[in-house]
Amino acid sequence: MEHSPPPFFNRGPAPLVRLAFFASLSLALLVLDARFRYTEGLRGALALAVYPLQTLATLPAALGGRAAEYFSSQSQLREENAALRARLLAASQAAQRYEAAQAETGQLRRLIGAAERLPLKSTAAEILYNGRDPYSRKVVIDKGSQSGLRAGSPVVDENGVIGQVTRAHALTSEVTLLTDKEQAIPVQVVRNGLRAVAFGAGSSGMLELRFMAANAEIQNGDKLVTSGIDGTYPPGLPVATVARIERDAAYAFAHIMCQPAAGVESGGYVLVLDSEAKRLAYPEDAGQERDKRPGKIRKPRRKDGDAAQ
Amino acid sequence: MQLSDSPAAQRILLPVRASTVLGSLAFALLVNFLPWKNVALAPDLVALVLVFWCVREPRLVGLGAGWLLGLLMDVGNGVLMGQHALAYSLLAFASITLSRRILWFPLWGQALHVAALLLFAQGVAALVRLAAGAEFPGWSIAVGPLVGAALWPVVSVVLLLPQRMPVDVDETRAI
Repeated sequence: MEHSPPPFFNRGPAPLVRLAFFASLSLALLVLDARFRYTEGLRGALALAVYPLQTLATLPAALGGRAAEYFSSQSQLREENAALRARLLAASQAAQRYEAAQAETGQLRRLIGAAERLPLKSTAAEILYNGRDPYSRKVVIDKGSQSGLRAGSPVVDENGVIGQVTRAHALTSEVTLLTDKEQAIPVQVVRNGLRAVAFGAGSSGMLELRFMAANAEIQNGDKLVTSGIDGTYPPGLPVATVARIERDAAYAFAHIMCQPAAGVESGGYVLVLDSEAKRLAYPEDAGQERDKRPGKIRKPRRKDGDAAQ
Repeated sequence: MQLSDSPAAQRILLPVRASTVLGSLAFALLVNFLPWKNVALAPDLVALVLVFWCVREPRLVGLGAGWLLGLLMDVGNGVLMGQHALAYSLLAFASITLSRRILWFPLWGQALHVAALLLFAQGVAALVRLAAGAEFPGWSIAVGPLVGAALWPVVSVVLLLPQRMPVDVDETRAI
């Protein structure tokens, strides 16, 4: 004979059973997200659901900023205006020379039969807030896939590269900063063309050049720019300046720290570049080789750091 | 108004309204989404309100609510999917298990229990992130839970206010 409680005492499954259910569900989600990135659809849908709350949460800061603007004095605005005018003049001068140089470069590249560099499309965006995750360095910007942003696009400010779009939601996007531990960027020393890969050094706000031989020709104050060999970052964007080099005979590699050129952790407005236009075609023989291999079909994994290869 | 909610001084409360629970949780989410200057020091209000309702109304708010809130936090913060979900489900379970015990203490004693609970949840989240390969951001991540626990007396007084109000003001009634 069964002894089940009458239905009005029914409380559903026991708490421990519920805990096991929800804990295993969370663990499954964790593995699916961390290893395979299969949860982007669910994330997109939920992101749209929390979007109103997030907008509401950024409203006080935006209103405060607007109020401060309203009360800023005329002389202050005048000064700022003059400074901006001077900078515009300098920038337009540089832009004119750049245009001429670009035309010349295009002509030369055509002469030697190299592929022409296509002009970059760029989208201006505003940084909404810093990421609320103490374990990573991210910012959220106010443009998303509706404005044509895609994951992987480089993000720059007026001084240089600040990071890369790692997740594009419908109306906002997450930008992983160069100083994040998982972020890598291929760079080149301007002085001698030496190529290297810069990794984020985490909470120190610096970049680190890894796997550089202890006798590599690099010195303090060297400027680093993107090398462009990854096909994601266009070549020639300022990235960092070498700040400290430690060469230790006990190690094969030098320990090189660099100061980012752009205001990676500060600043309000950024440009998102579209890198799609100049991506190289996938080599045909590599594709065939992959198909020939029997069994073991793996989906290519998308990773934040796959830009640096 | 009496601050102490120890059983000796406990008043008969009105039944809780679902709108109060939902409203408080939505407000907590909103506070968590505010652009904090230093995230590690900011209290996790969602976890605090979740603990409050799990302790007060374990039949109404439980692991399911915690899990869903955790997912929303994960997506809103752009972190690993399931990190907060796991932490909040464990937090809800621990709060429900301890709910009878916690209510026996005065408010500051309750706050001590809540500090332990919030630290536990933060520890779970930290373990998950470290296992996923993130770097340890320093011991400052323990400050947020402690600030949250310090807010417990305020939160519990404010959230119980709707249940202390009389249904209709009647001069002849004793309470």
